[in-house]
Amino acid sequence: MASNSAATDRLAAGVRQDDGSAGRRRSLRQSAEIALFLLPALLLFIVFVLIPLVEAVYYSGFKWNGLEPLTNWIGLGNYQRALDDQFFTGAIAHNVFLLVLSLGVQQPIALALALALSRGFRGRTFMRLVFFTPYVISEATIGVIWLLVLQPSGPLDQILGAVGLGQFIQLWLADRSLVMTTLFVVISWQYFGFSMILYLAGLTQIPTELREAAAIDGANGAQALRHITLPLLGPTIRVAVFLSAIGSLQVFGLVFIMTSGGPFHASDTMVTWMIEQGLTRTALGYGAAMAVILGAIGLVFSLLYQRFVLRRDIEGSVTSFAG
Amino acid sequence: MTGGQAVTTRRRLVGVLGVMALLFSACSSGATSSIAPSAAPSVAASAAASAAAPSGAASPSASAASAAVTITWWHNANQDPGMSFWKKVADEYTAAHPNVTIQITPTQNEDFKTKLPLALNSGTPPNIFQSWGGGGLKQQVDAGKVQDLTAATASWTSTIIPAALSPYQLNGKQYGIPYDLGLVGFWYNKALFTAAGITAAPATWDDFIADVAKLKTAGTAPIAVGEKDTWTGAFWWEYLALRECGKDKMATAVNTNSFTDPCFVKAGTDLKQLIDAKPFQTGFLASPAQTGATSATSLLANGKAAMELQGHWEPSVMGPLTPDGKGLGDKLGWFPFPAVTGGTGTVTEDIGGYNGFAVSKDAPPEAVDFLHYLTSVDVLSRWGAAGYGLPTTTGSETSITDPNLKELIAQRAKATFVQLYLDQAFSQAVGAAINEAVAGEFAGQLSPAEVQQAIQTATTK
Repeated sequence: MASNSAATDRLAAGVRQDDGSAGRRRSLRQSAEIALFLLPALLLFIVFVLIPLVEAVYYSGFKWNGLEPLTNWIGLGNYQRALDDQFFTGAIAHNVFLLVLSLGVQQPIALALALALSRGFRGRTFMRLVFFTPYVISEATIGVIWLLVLQPSGPLDQILGAVGLGQFIQLWLADRSLVMTTLFVVISWQYFGFSMILYLAGLTQIPTELREAAAIDGANGAQALRHITLPLLGPTIRVAVFLSAIGSLQVFGLVFIMTSGGPFHASDTMVTWMIEQGLTRTALGYGAAMAVILGAIGLVFSLLYQRFVLRRDIEGSVTSFAG
Repeated sequence: MTGGQAVTTRRRLVGVLGVMALLFSACSSGATSSIAPSAAPSVAASAAASAAAPSGAASPSASAASAAVTITWWHNANQDPGMSFWKKVADEYTAAHPNVTIQITPTQNEDFKTKLPLALNSGTPPNIFQSWGGGGLKQQVDAGKVQDLTAATASWTSTIIPAALSPYQLNGKQYGIPYDLGLVGFWYNKALFTAAGITAAPATWDDFIADVAKLKTAGTAPIAVGEKDTWTGAFWWEYLALRECGKDKMATAVNTNSFTDPCFVKAGTDLKQLIDAKPFQTGFLASPAQTGATSATSLLANGKAAMELQGHWEPSVMGPLTPDGKGLGDKLGWFPFPAVTGGTGTVTEDIGGYNGFAVSKDAPPEAVDFLHYLTSVDVLSRWGAAGYGLPTTTGSETSITDPNLKELIAQRAKATFVQLYLDQAFSQAVGAAINEAVAGEFAGQLSPAEVQQAIQTATTK
């Protein structure tokens, strides 16, 4: 780009001149540019993310029903209540369950599909469209549709019976030991398309010369996959895993519509229980405390993940400011 | 700087300013509805402004009458025919009062629990909103969100049955106006009962259990319960508690937040006896109560279950759930909750509920006037004649033509005690916890003693 080469020229010129004042003027103006570009996003972030976060932390110290004045300070009482609450710890367990299944089942399937769809064949674009479509349909619509499909003697049960798989019919949403798995399937059905598209994009960045070279050297498909494709797909996989994990922690819409966290807390997630307590049961301080705990879990996970897993991927890109 | 660099910088600047302009305009249009609380009586301000118009009349009452007023109304009849009926009532009122506009927001019953608290806390609460009295209303009154209607309604509250007014009264003041008082009872399919060999409504709980067995043998799902919406299961426990404990112990328990009497554990034991007989439809733990084709009420309406313990709104909810809109038609019957042998309670004691409207703090006087019209004998007689519920304005009960609702009115007339559903008698938070405790028993997770314990804990927190 024109500006890049101009910048490099200036840098080269600056290094040769070794003129401190030109350097400072440069970085001041460029700092101002950065600030100006960042300002809108920063403002949005402050108003819609930071301020509510601070407010949530503030409210979480009160016993408050949302209508009365904010006078009943209880300090860490709501947090203690959350830790003692078997339904909240159960909800955390459900989120972890979804996280583990997402990483162990959903991501490999998305990757496998992406690999299959990266070869050219007729109807490939159509197949990609079909797999990606659930992602663009609203969660509410999908929840309502699947709720109808999964009813006892509903469409799913009828199909199973018609193809002779009748003995596999279960109470998909009413069986407390099965409901979380059922919800995982629906959630995956909606979101695997997104991971698949990420992997497809990642695959297009692998130079074909590498695969051709491997083929010349006599590597078969599996060896090429293991030694070339997967390692080069590494950054994409790490990002997709990260997004999937964060998404698992925040699951709300589908669960709320399909089961409201039931039967009797068998499918509660942190957010559904938080909404139930905070809004329906008007314990807003308690709900805020749970929200802060969820935020903290997400934050710790993100920081640890970026520090240990993503470090290799972002290291090379953070250069000293070269103008 | 070179010319190229100047161009680049200008472009950058224009780009940044353009983006900022877009973002700030998006920000401001979004912010007004959620962040800033608007000034309170904007309606009163506009009324005063139009009164100041040069061609306007001199006296305040005349100028108020000619000033344009908008009333916002949130009610829970979000399906036809109830929705159209309320719209018609609003249209009749606005035809007689051309300066008034009524904006109606029909809201699904369950959604009130999440949407109403948020709306009341915002700068633009609905002027008229659905209210069930009791603890839920008390919370709103204590927070100063509800208008005291005592003075405005003094001239006409005498037209309403006293028993219906009391749940809307706090500290001797009137905070809401009822239009409906009904009882919870069994709605059943007469054809399915006859086919199972049941000739008369069960008089005792043991008769009832026997009838359930007969229905199972005949191949029907005896009972439909929509336990995804946990308030439906709570009806069972509440009635059994009322039968075991009797009205005095129940009233004391509710008023003193003390559910420690062993009769409350006995109620759970009776319920367990029923649950163990497996009388409910398949997958009842995940069935909604009233919404959609797979809800409990829909199963009853379409002949897939024999009975449901539900409130007096059942016929009007069943209609839309059937293809021809007529529900079970004349196959629908009603019988009251049976007596429990050995219990202190009698069959003239009922669990029931009220439907009414409350008015938000700064709503215009036209809102109260509209409620006066809505609860008039004429309007409620038409409402009752259409079978939507049991009206509470004296003189309107005779409009009921539906034979089942007539039975309900007769039961209501001889009732010695009506206990408001517990999840309305207490605050929303406690109510939800009570429903949840009973749901635990339905799900096989809580024993009768644990249910009593959970309810006791919830009411004393």
